Amino acid sequence: MIGYNFAYLDEQTKRMIRRALLKAVAIPGHQVPFGSREMPLPYGWGTGGIQVTAAVLGRQDVLKVIDQGADDTTNAVSIRRFFARTAGVATTTHTAEATVIQTRHRIPEQALREDQIIVYQVPQPEPLSKLEPSRAETRRMHALAEYGPMHVKLYEDITRYGHIAISYDYPVMVNGRYLMSPSPIPAFDNPKLDMMPALQLFGAGREKRIYAIPPYTEVRSLDFDDHPFRATRAPHACGLCGATDSYLDEVVTDDRGGRLFVCSDTDHCETRRAAGHVGEQAMAAE
Amino acid sequence: MAYVAVKGGERAIDNAHAWLAETRRGDQAVAEIATDQISEQLGRAVDRVMSEGGLYDRDLAALAIKQAQGDLIEAAFLLRAYRTTLPRFGYSTPVDTGAMHIHRRVSAVFKDLPGGQILGPTYDYTHRLLDFALAAGAAPPAAPQAESGIAAMPRVSDLLDDEGLIEGDGADEGEPGDLTREPLAFPANRALRLQALARGDEGFLLAMGYSTQRGWGGTHPFVGEIRMGEVAVEITPPELGFAIDIGDITLTECQMVNQFAGSKTKPPQFTRGYGLAFGHSERKAMAMALVDRSLRAEELGEEATAPAQNVEFVLYHSDNIEGTGFVEHLKLPHYVDFQSELETIRRMRADAGRAEEMA
Amino acid sequence: MTVDLPGFADPVGGAQECFRAVLDAMARPGAIRAAACPPPAKLHAATAAVLLTLVDSETSLWIDPALAAATDWVRFHCGPREVEASQADFVLAASLPALDRLRAGTDEGPDESATVILQVADFAAGQRLRLAGPGLRAPATLDVDGLPTGFLAAWEANHALFPRGVDLILCARDRLACLPRSVRIEKG
Repeated sequence: MIGYNFAYLDEQTKRMIRRALLKAVAIPGHQVPFGSREMPLPYGWGTGGIQVTAAVLGRQDVLKVIDQGADDTTNAVSIRRFFARTAGVATTTHTAEATVIQTRHRIPEQALREDQIIVYQVPQPEPLSKLEPSRAETRRMHALAEYGPMHVKLYEDITRYGHIAISYDYPVMVNGRYLMSPSPIPAFDNPKLDMMPALQLFGAGREKRIYAIPPYTEVRSLDFDDHPFRATRAPHACGLCGATDSYLDEVVTDDRGGRLFVCSDTDHCETRRAAGHVGEQAMAAE
Repeated sequence: MAYVAVKGGERAIDNAHAWLAETRRGDQAVAEIATDQISEQLGRAVDRVMSEGGLYDRDLAALAIKQAQGDLIEAAFLLRAYRTTLPRFGYSTPVDTGAMHIHRRVSAVFKDLPGGQILGPTYDYTHRLLDFALAAGAAPPAAPQAESGIAAMPRVSDLLDDEGLIEGDGADEGEPGDLTREPLAFPANRALRLQALARGDEGFLLAMGYSTQRGWGGTHPFVGEIRMGEVAVEITPPELGFAIDIGDITLTECQMVNQFAGSKTKPPQFTRGYGLAFGHSERKAMAMALVDRSLRAEELGEEATAPAQNVEFVLYHSDNIEGTGFVEHLKLPHYVDFQSELETIRRMRADAGRAEEMA
Repeated sequence: MTVDLPGFADPVGGAQECFRAVLDAMARPGAIRAAACPPPAKLHAATAAVLLTLVDSETSLWIDPALAAATDWVRFHCGPREVEASQADFVLAASLPALDRLRAGTDEGPDESATVILQVADFAAGQRLRLAGPGLRAPATLDVDGLPTGFLAAWEANHALFPRGVDLILCARDRLACLPRSVRIEKG
């Protein structure tokens, strides 16, 4: 794009972000403050992820952008276009072909590899924010690994509801030291964070924080011996590809209670259908 | 009904942008507004966008207002996003508002003072009656011009300072930080707080300042002085070693004189609240001065209990670009998180139902 | 002062490729990655590339007197604030400095710590390090020719500060490897 640098950010800004990323990798799960810039997209719409991707991306990369697991949701389209325009990189919808994946709210179903990087867009990096609104105070709590209040909150859920009532953005402990927000992914995706072969980078633009999980790092979802963490999904098979182990979106098909459950990961679903898997609804339509 | 996975996001976006452009232009039988008309005739809007956009450029601000269809927060956002890509050649030396070429200057604490009171181009004493003649587009009569040049106008705060009645202006607190390069960290010093407030949303600062007047952290303010006019901007290039004038900008400055602080060892002095904004932005400068003073509660040994005294609360929520982004992001798809909530609530209701049956 | 040597032939692409090498190496302690640009006197190609990639006028740097011949090049290309080793964001060294004298960050800001860019002879002979920790599925080994004998004890003290501590980028010719503070090191 004329008048702008490769991947939009100027080189000095990229160096600043790159330095923050290296410290983030060296201190898994610790939120590193960074001089987040004003991006041409609104805060809260992926500016942190975009800045991280812009600092990482090279001409040889193949970029995949998903929102809610899908490549074709409007904000994913918008961000993919931003990089196609400012960096001219190749883009793909296929998880396996991508070298860098920027995501909002999902981890792809297909296991990621060592040669891939996943960049999460993070609206609220502070896992303690619902318990303590002051960032000066939460910073102190992280320094002291003072995570008791989070355990108390979870236990209050159990006594009140019989379950931990957090279903997304489920807090995790990274490398046994830092409590971390995995971003608003469904708790279903949490097990994928643990010992992932790919490097995981997290960018929060508005809150001006970057954090990371190196490959093969222990990531444990908070739980209790008598109430172990459980990853749940809608108890159905995908209506289109028949998958019984993928995370499902619920689609309202009429106003008489009609529902259709389909894979939220559109690439996963399409790949399965291309391989001949057929779900019940797809069969009925034929 | 056969379900088809939602496709066509790209086309939807293109179409939305085309529709937006058409809507922005409006009825093509009506003449298109030019950016010079905006900068000349919607000057207060331009001033606000420059202040909150953090960039003094009337032409770009006018373009942003046109592009945003008059949505001033959106326009400030456009300026900010442009500004962040600009290289930095240097930092100016502090501007001298004492040497301002004054268009307006009022003090609420002295009836008369050197240089006098100058109302200037103000709405203060207009009766708020819709002027239907304006709709017809009549040229205004020429405003009378002062005959002689304007006398020197020392700042009211300097007059009080001569007698030692007011605290210093904090000019010796060292190099200010830069919020646009380094993230906010606490404790935030006053220079950094003022930088955040200067970019802060006028409406937010107005509400915060107003709350201090109603008892939520009172500061007993008097308008020592409001002055608006042009000041020279100077930079000192390292290779020259002396300051050079690079142009004039219009500023509005408000110095609030607040109730005194003192101790057994230190005689009481009035304290200050300070506001400064680009252009003619008086409401903004006054509200900023109120909030600046209330944020000094801790420093001045006052009990900090009100929202406007909470530095973290005020600074983290004064930026309307951050605020609008995060509020509006709620309209992005959240299917995945909502689905997980649906599963959880269904499971809990099923458990509750079973527990009831067993009871 | 004359500096004839260029930096990266392609400044944007060169810095990006070098950064990815460092990022990958930091994420996988002990992994050896390639990075290079034409170096000035005393510096290896990887050392020069890492400096161009990470150091600029917004950072502070201490240069080992043994590498002083590269100072003009560093000033010209990076322009960092030059400070004492104990104050520096980046420490450019030809032999391991006392790690406990460098910035280790604070409890609240462990990221406000030094990164040591240590130039070594080779990743072949020398000491064999056995590495474990985040980034490694199974313990890995790294051979480094150019670490002092007291390295393991110095590292143990550094690792014990976690989450505080310093991080190392080792550069040898056109190769680099990283030792983040999170990694445990034993004699291999």
